[in-house]
Amino acid sequence: MKRHLLEAADLDRDDATLVLDTAAQIEQALAGREVKKLPTLRGRTVVNLFYEDSTRTRISFELAAKRLSADVINFSAKGSSVSKGESLKDTALTLEAMGADGVVVRHSASGAPHRLANWVRGSVVNAGDGTHEHPTQALLDAYTIRHRLGRLEGVRVTIVGDVLHSRVARSNVRLLHTLGAEVTLVAPPTLLPVGVGAWPAEVGYDLDAVLPKSDVVMMLRVQAERMNASFFPSAREYSRRYGLDARRMGALPDDAIVMHPGPMNRGMEIAAEVADSVRSTIVEQVANGVSTRMAVLYLLLGGAPQ
Amino acid sequence: MARTSQPALLSSADVARIIDRIAHQLIERAATVRPGSDGLADLVLVGIPTRGAPLARRLAARIEAFSGVTVDVGTVDITLYRDDLRLRGVRALESTLLPDGGIDGRLVVLVDDVLFSGRSVRAALDALRDLGRPQAVQLAVLVDRGHRELPIRADYVGKNVPTSRAQQVRVHLAETDGVDEVVVEEPGERQEVSIAARPASEERSDRGADQGGRA
Repeated sequence: MKRHLLEAADLDRDDATLVLDTAAQIEQALAGREVKKLPTLRGRTVVNLFYEDSTRTRISFELAAKRLSADVINFSAKGSSVSKGESLKDTALTLEAMGADGVVVRHSASGAPHRLANWVRGSVVNAGDGTHEHPTQALLDAYTIRHRLGRLEGVRVTIVGDVLHSRVARSNVRLLHTLGAEVTLVAPPTLLPVGVGAWPAEVGYDLDAVLPKSDVVMMLRVQAERMNASFFPSAREYSRRYGLDARRMGALPDDAIVMHPGPMNRGMEIAAEVADSVRSTIVEQVANGVSTRMAVLYLLLGGAPQ
Repeated sequence: MARTSQPALLSSADVARIIDRIAHQLIERAATVRPGSDGLADLVLVGIPTRGAPLARRLAARIEAFSGVTVDVGTVDITLYRDDLRLRGVRALESTLLPDGGIDGRLVVLVDDVLFSGRSVRAALDALRDLGRPQAVQLAVLVDRGHRELPIRADYVGKNVPTSRAQQVRVHLAETDGVDEVVVEEPGERQEVSIAARPASEERSDRGADQGGRA
C-alpha cells in the first residue's frame, strides 16, 4: 500500500482486496462483543481536518480511529484559525508540529489532500476533496456490494445522477473497475463531466433501459449547493426522469440492491419507499463505513512509521 | 531444501501421537476437576492463527473420538493486539470466530504451534479479555522452544525443544502446508529456504517461532 490514500487509483486490485478483507475480519472480530475496541493504534494521533461540512464521514472516521485506540483531534474550519485566515499550509505545519500520525482531510478544493500530503510526514487520507474523489466511500460501497452479492467481479453497477459534481461517482468508477465490476453511468447530459468517455464506464441517458440489467443501482445526491447553473429544468422533471421510485425499482432483477451515499433528498433522486425497502443498503453502508475506515487506518498507520 | 539436510524433529506420526496425548490430558483434567460430571462441556479450544487453528480442530476431533463429547472450537486473531506491528509492519488479518454463547465462565485452552518469546500468547490473552471473561485460560502448544521474554508457560506441551535463538522452528501441517512435520533450521539454511520456491504463505509459518523481538 502507498503511504497516503488520496484517490481510488492509489489502490491496485491487491491493495483494494486487502482493505476489504481486513474490514471483513475486523467486523467479524468485533461482532457481538462488549468491548468494541482494539489496542492497535494506541499512542497514535489522527487529526480529522474538515474544511467542509460533514456528519457521517467525520463521525465515521472518528469512531474508526477511536475503536483502534488512536487519539483523535477534530478540527473543523468553522471556529478555528482558518476563519481568521490561516492557509492550508500553515494549518498543516501546525499539525505537523503537534505530531499527527494520520490526517483525514475534507476540503472543498479538488486536490487539497494531494498538496497536504507534501507538507506532512504522517499519512493523509482523502475524506472528499471538491468534486474530485472520496476513496473511502468507494471502498465502503465496494465492501457493501461484496457483502450483499458475494462478489464484485462482473457485477453490473449503475450510478445515477449528478456525476459532474460527484466525487463519490469518480472514486467508485475507478475502484469498481479495479475490482472487476462493470459500471454504467446514467445522468442528464448536462450533469456529465467533459471527458467522461475516457472513464472505464459505459454512459447512458435512459434509466429505464439500464435498470433491468443492473445488479446494483447507486443513486447520487443532487447537490443543491453546487447547482449554480441550469443543469436541469426543474426538480420535478429531474425526479421524473432520473429519480428511483417504486415502479422503477420493480424493473430491477430480483436480488439487485439500491445504494445511496447519503445524505438523501427523499422524493428527489430516491423515493422514500425505495430508501426504506429491503433492497436498500443505505443504513448498512454507514455501518460498513466504520469497519472499512478502521481497515484503512490500520493498514496506513498500524505499521512502522515511514 | 532444509528438510533434506536436517532430519525432521517431529514426523507426521509424532505429531499425531502428541495430539492424541494432549487430547487425553484434556479429558483427564476435565474428569479430575469435576468428577462424575462432564467437565468437557465447559471446554473451548481456541486456536491462534495460522497453525494454532487447525491444531485446535484436530484436538477437538480426537477428544470427540476418545470421549464422545463434542468440544467447542474457535479462533482468535491476535494481529491487532501485537506489540511488534511498529517493528514489523502491518499484516493481513485472519478470522476471529468464537462459539455461540461466547467464552464467559468457560475453560479456554489457547492452542498454538510454537511457544517462543510468549508475546503471541500475551496478545491472545489481551484479545480474550476483550472477548469475554473465561473461568480460566490454559495454553497448549505443539513445541516449546524456550527463550521466553514474558512470564508465560504452557499447560500442555507436545515437545520441549532446546534451541538457540538463531535457529528457526518450522511447523508444517497438512491443512496449511500439505504435510505434518516440525523441522529445526540453522540460521544459514533459512536464507537458502526462503529463496527456494516456497508458497508465499510460508512467510507466516514461523509466526510462532519468530516472536523473538529481533528485528
